[in-house]
Parts: sequence; C-alpha cells; structure tokens
Amino acid sequence: MHQIGLGARLAPRLEAIGLECVRGERRLFRDVAFTLEPGTLLRVHGPNGSGKTSLLRILAGVLAPAAGEVRWSGERIGALGDEYRSELAYLGHQNAIKDDLSAVENLLVSERLAGADVSAARAREALARLGLKGFEALPTRVLSQGQKRRASLARLAFRAACGLWVLDEPFVALDAAAVNEVQAIIGDQLAAGGIVVLTTHQDVAITAPTRHDLRLGS
Amino acid sequence: MNGSIGGAFACVVQRDLLLALRRRADALNTLAFFIIVVSLFPLGVGAEPALLRAIAPGVVWVAALLASMLALQRLFAGDHADGTLEQIVLAPQPLGLIVGAKVAAHWLVSGLPLVIVAPLLGLQFGLPAESLGVLMLSLAIGTPTLGLIGAIGAALTLGLRGGGVLVSLLVLPLYIPVLIFGAGAVEAGASGVGAGAHLSLLGAFLVAALFFAPWATSIALRISLE
Repeated sequence: MHQIGLGARLAPRLEAIGLECVRGERRLFRDVAFTLEPGTLLRVHGPNGSGKTSLLRILAGVLAPAAGEVRWSGERIGALGDEYRSELAYLGHQNAIKDDLSAVENLLVSERLAGADVSAARAREALARLGLKGFEALPTRVLSQGQKRRASLARLAFRAACGLWVLDEPFVALDAAAVNEVQAIIGDQLAAGGIVVLTTHQDVAITAPTRHDLRLGS
Repeated sequence: MNGSIGGAFACVVQRDLLLALRRRADALNTLAFFIIVVSLFPLGVGAEPALLRAIAPGVVWVAALLASMLALQRLFAGDHADGTLEQIVLAPQPLGLIVGAKVAAHWLVSGLPLVIVAPLLGLQFGLPAESLGVLMLSLAIGTPTLGLIGAIGAALTLGLRGGGVLVSLLVLPLYIPVLIFGAGAVEAGASGVGAGAHLSLLGAFLVAALFFAPWATSIALRISLE
C-alpha cells in the first residue's frame, strides 16, 4: 500500500490505555494499561469474576470498554477493523466447534473463514500433534471435553502469521501432556516474535523473551 | 482477496448446509408445520370450493410467513451457543457477507422446501394451474425477503430469554408488506389484472432487503455479542 515514504510502519505492538470495564452495574476493573512488544507473554490472572474474560474480549474487539482504548501498532483497533482481525487469533472460553461436524471439518471451516487455505492433510497433521489421531473423523459431539478443547486449540497451528494471540483459559480440561504441547506451541509463537495474552489459573512454564503478569481484582 | 471473500461465502453456505443435512429434523419440522397449518384451514372453514379458492393465497402466505419465523430462531442461536459466532465476528471477512451466506443457506434449507410444496397445497384449495405458478413465484421472491428481514430480528434477540416471542413482535410488522403483495399477486393473477406489478414490488423488496438487511444484521450481531 502507500506506506513507503511515510516512514516504516511501527512494529506490531498492543497497547491498552486506561481500560475500564463495567458489566451490569458492577465495575470489574479500571485503569488497566499495558504495552506489549513482540515476543511478550501477558498472563492475566485473578479470582473468578474479576473480569479476565471481559478484558480478553475487549482486547479482541468484541466488547467495547466503558473507558479507554486498545491500540494495535499505534492505531485504534476499531479503526483498523478487518486489518486488526487478520492479525488476531482469538480463542474464547467456548470451544467454537460444531458438535455435528468432525474435528477436521471444524478446523477446515474455521481456517477458511480466517482466510487461510488449509488442506485436509495438514488439518489432520495439526490434530495429530494435539493427540487427536484417530478421532479426526468422528463428530465432535462424541469427544470428551478435553478432546474438544484440543480440537479447538489445533487452530493455533495455522495462526503463526497472526501477530497477536488472545487465549482464554487455553489449558482448561487438558491433561498434562496436552498442556505441555500447547505450552510448546505458545513458546514457539513467542520466540518467533508473536504477542500472546492468556488467562489461566495454572502456573505456566512457557519460555518467553518477555513476560508480564497482570492481576485483576485485588 | 476476492477469491478469499467468495471462498468465505461458499464456505459458510457449505457448512450450514452440511449441518442441516446432519440435523434433518429441524428443516423437516418447518416444512411439516407449514403443511399442517395450511391443511387445517379447509377443515376449519368447511369444504366450500369458492371460499377455499378465495382464501387460498392468503392462507398459504400466512403459513409460509409463520413457518419462516419459526425457523428464524435457529439462524444464529446454534452458533451463539457454541461460540462459533464469536469466531465469525472476529474473522477478517466482511460480516455482512457472512450474514448473507448464513441467510442464503437458511433459505435453501427452510424456505425453498416451502416454495416447492406450495403448489401441492394450492391444489388442495382448488387453485387453477396459472395461479399455482404465480403462488410459487411470489413465494420464491418473497421468502428470501422474509429470511433477510428476520435475520435482523434474530440477531437483535440473540441470547435473550423469551427471544422467540420478542422476535415475532419485532419482525411480524415488517413482514406485512411482503404478505400483502405476495398474497395479492396470486389474487391479481386470478382476477385477470396480472400479477406483474405485485411481483415487481416483491422483487423491489427483495433488492432493498439484500442491500440493507446484512448490514443491519451485522450491527445487531456485534451489539448482541457484547
């Protein structure tokens, strides 16, 4: 586009400025501010109901903050629109998989929506990495909670190009082996210069160039 | 970019058709409802051929309208419940386009069957052959409009308790023009005036709905997800 001559575009950077969130009548948090540079892991923690999910949804642009704003590379995410969304991989606390489709079908649909052209073979490969070999063709209705989470997390294999991963409780319902595998995937993304924001109640053993902790609701 | 946008449209249509295929009961329910409601009228009104012929277009149209409203609740509810809707909203594709794809798939599953069985139901009421053609055509143009308008209501009432009743209150008044000109087309055709004007107006409604509804539905979806 016409960026040449206007100076190099700022490196991808996520800024939260004075974020405040009100749900119902209750203020969950206020004055949340941070700046995340490439290669930074931000772990958001805090008791139930402290607004972790709301913060992540604000960062994803699904929820509008009561005050403050979120900027990506210096621009408001609302103004960036699809340009921001193509940089974002968001995993909600729901798995976002259809019960009547198989894990492979789910993965193919979600990746095509994200604009990636993924072959069935690569989708199966990504599912196998998360221990779903042999379960790819079953309707996800019959999978266990942890297996559904794995099927949902398999998306991350195709989102390495996204500068920002926002993951809401990625490790919930996973067994130790799957937790390690997902942590390795997140670690790779950080090492490659991605920004990752996640919530979790567990301790995470992810090696990140930079790590921040944000505690909500004190 | 164009390829990816077209791809996203096709992908959503394909996904929703596949889901409908795996849950055939949902689509069949709508169709059964339509057939039963229409069939109840001759039983209630009596078997007077002239009377039945006179009320047939209105009855078929009202039943089609109620059937498509009944189906509306399925349009976004499933995607909302399992979190897929959040992913759709966050996809780097124009949301209006994805909404359009969802409505298109929805119409193929729950609207098109109504159009196809309508002539059979018309025969039940003793409609002449040329009226059957007009009835089918008016439904073919009118039901997509109902789906598009209904999508706005479905998106606005997403996740609300008692959303089903609310969606009827929101959407039924907006359905009135479509009903008037849809049923009117068949009557005008039968009375010799010609159905052309009515069908053109129905077509105009469809074009207007195609233009505005996906946009309004996208905004409603973003609000509902907050």
